[in-house]
Amino acid sequence: MEVTGPLAINIEHMGFRYLDNEKASFADLNLQISKGIRFGLFGPNGAGKTTLMNLMTGVLSTDKGSIQLLGQETGKYNKEVNKLFGFVPQDFSFYQELSPVENLEFFGAWAGLTQKQITNRTNELLHILGLEDVRNKPVEKFSGGMKRRVNLAIGVIHNPQVLFLDEPTVGVDVQTRTAIISYLLELNKNGTTLIYTSHQLNEAEDLCEQIAMIDEGKIITQGHIDDVLKAHAHQSLEELFINLTGKAYRN
Amino acid sequence: MFKLWTSIKKDIRILSRDKVGISLMFVMPIILVVVVTSIQNSTFQLVNKNKLPIVICNTDTGKAARQFIESVNKIGMFAVTQTGKDKAATIATDMQNKDAMLGVVIPSNFSADVQKRAKNASDKAMAAFSGQADSVKVPQSAVSLEALTLYYNPVLQESLRFSIQGAIQSALQLVQTRQTLRTLYYDSNEKELPKSLENEMLNSNTKITMLPVSKDGTRTTPNASQHNVPAWTIFAMFFVIMSLGGSVVREKVSGSFIRLKTLPTNYLVGLLSKQITYLVVTLIQAATIFSIGIWLFPVIGLPPLNLPSDLFALFLVTLVCGWCAVSYSICVGVLANTQEQSNGFGAISIVILACIGGLMVPSFAMQGLAKTLTNISPMHWCLEAYYRLFLENGTLKDILNQIGSLLVITIIIQIITYLGLKRKNLI
Repeated sequence: MEVTGPLAINIEHMGFRYLDNEKASFADLNLQISKGIRFGLFGPNGAGKTTLMNLMTGVLSTDKGSIQLLGQETGKYNKEVNKLFGFVPQDFSFYQELSPVENLEFFGAWAGLTQKQITNRTNELLHILGLEDVRNKPVEKFSGGMKRRVNLAIGVIHNPQVLFLDEPTVGVDVQTRTAIISYLLELNKNGTTLIYTSHQLNEAEDLCEQIAMIDEGKIITQGHIDDVLKAHAHQSLEELFINLTGKAYRN
Repeated sequence: MFKLWTSIKKDIRILSRDKVGISLMFVMPIILVVVVTSIQNSTFQLVNKNKLPIVICNTDTGKAARQFIESVNKIGMFAVTQTGKDKAATIATDMQNKDAMLGVVIPSNFSADVQKRAKNASDKAMAAFSGQADSVKVPQSAVSLEALTLYYNPVLQESLRFSIQGAIQSALQLVQTRQTLRTLYYDSNEKELPKSLENEMLNSNTKITMLPVSKDGTRTTPNASQHNVPAWTIFAMFFVIMSLGGSVVREKVSGSFIRLKTLPTNYLVGLLSKQITYLVVTLIQAATIFSIGIWLFPVIGLPPLNLPSDLFALFLVTLVCGWCAVSYSICVGVLANTQEQSNGFGAISIVILACIGGLMVPSFAMQGLAKTLTNISPMHWCLEAYYRLFLENGTLKDILNQIGSLLVITIIIQIITYLGLKRKNLI
């Protein structure tokens, strides 16, 4: 696939291997993601999606090759790169004992915001994500959907240029999913590059412009969603997914 | 600074909502210090103030046996109870019935033997005076005394038993000396030894004045509170591991750590925040336990805790001890993979460090390897410093060695923590 314009992510000849998991390793991965797009990364369980997310965000370090985010090397702890992106991990990545306001204050400060910026962004995000009424209640008492929204709010508090989302809507009701997706589309409209993984392929069709499918550490197809479906003669991502990765259970 | 401040606020908020952690850090050590001090205070009073109950079964009808009982009474460390002369075989039962720690059976020929021995000594002395010492032959069987039997409760410590044996021996010596003097005087003068002369000859012993020596020259004797409060304060400070170690592990294994790694702030800021927050907690613990010692102990009948005169030195030791405790807790939290590992290893290691550090058995009583091991326990250095201040009323210059050792141990722990963070790819 030909990529034009400035790149959000540029992965070249990247290699990574877990000592105890051969299947989740990458031998020689190349992937380019344009700036400002909505990019979906799909694959069966254990294909390496979360590992690739962790490599792109610098949580893990590559064994070989390079990963650049907006032109800067990731991998080793790099304060300047970390300012550029936000990360919404699959797990609830915040302090359950604290309220949304307290969590946003802490993570906002660690993201480099001032107290005034934190206050403004907190009010804005809690309003957009429907958490104003529970702003001072401990998150541990929230429903799964509310926790997902808190997780998202923390990931975007510093207005990142690139936002990584690892299954951001897993386990939520239709209302919450719709609200999250529409907020993500709004963010993208304002210039944020979205890099997203999910098993919700119908949701992905609504959200993503471009996709890559990976299995056993290799990219098995990638491109504009319509082009990929056309090239493989399928009507939906789900059909394409089954066709490319098979029906056998993945552990 | 803003990042550090918000981290401290976050840690304080999480800690303030951790009711179990707060109980472990404050309530448990307070209960421990009150209970242990109460128990040890009773022991202190038993040894220092109460007389040791002793049952004496006198099977002899002679004068010397009565004098011996009188001498034992005069020693001052025994509460003497006499039992019937037919109770020699059942003295153990008598001791149990009378809650006595000791029992003595005076044999029936005690006075006669004392008399014979005195006569023998007198004869030898008279022969020596007249220059015929070699011609005086006294059969050995005539001078041997039948042994006095001393029964004791096995709970009595060996050192206390030796003291008791020494005291009884001195009472026996007094009886024997008196009888020898009287006999010798009679043999040489053919009349009784005057009472006044006898008293002068027997009671002219040099008196011993006992004075406690403190660094500042004061002569207050340490009580159970002075011993226990500092020791269990140290234990409490190290017990923050139950909350802090778990907190580090929770943060590490929860998703929040992954997010922290992706933010433009080094995780060392987070660890510094935990160190500051929990250091303040350890200072509050110490202040709370010291306050209980000062104000609550007298109310519940325990001796009050007297603070040392050098309060700055006290603060400094507490600060360094707290820092060491916090560093150790973070180190365990970083190296442990699960909260169970952190809590289990943390609690057991604290008890072991307390044991080898002299909190449970005094380090001066340890020998060989155990004595050497005390040096690796930070609690040993904390306790040594506290004892210099609380028991000897020392000043800062008296505890510089202990503070230095504590700082060295703390820095080693910090280095291990840093290497652990690096090895686990956490920074």
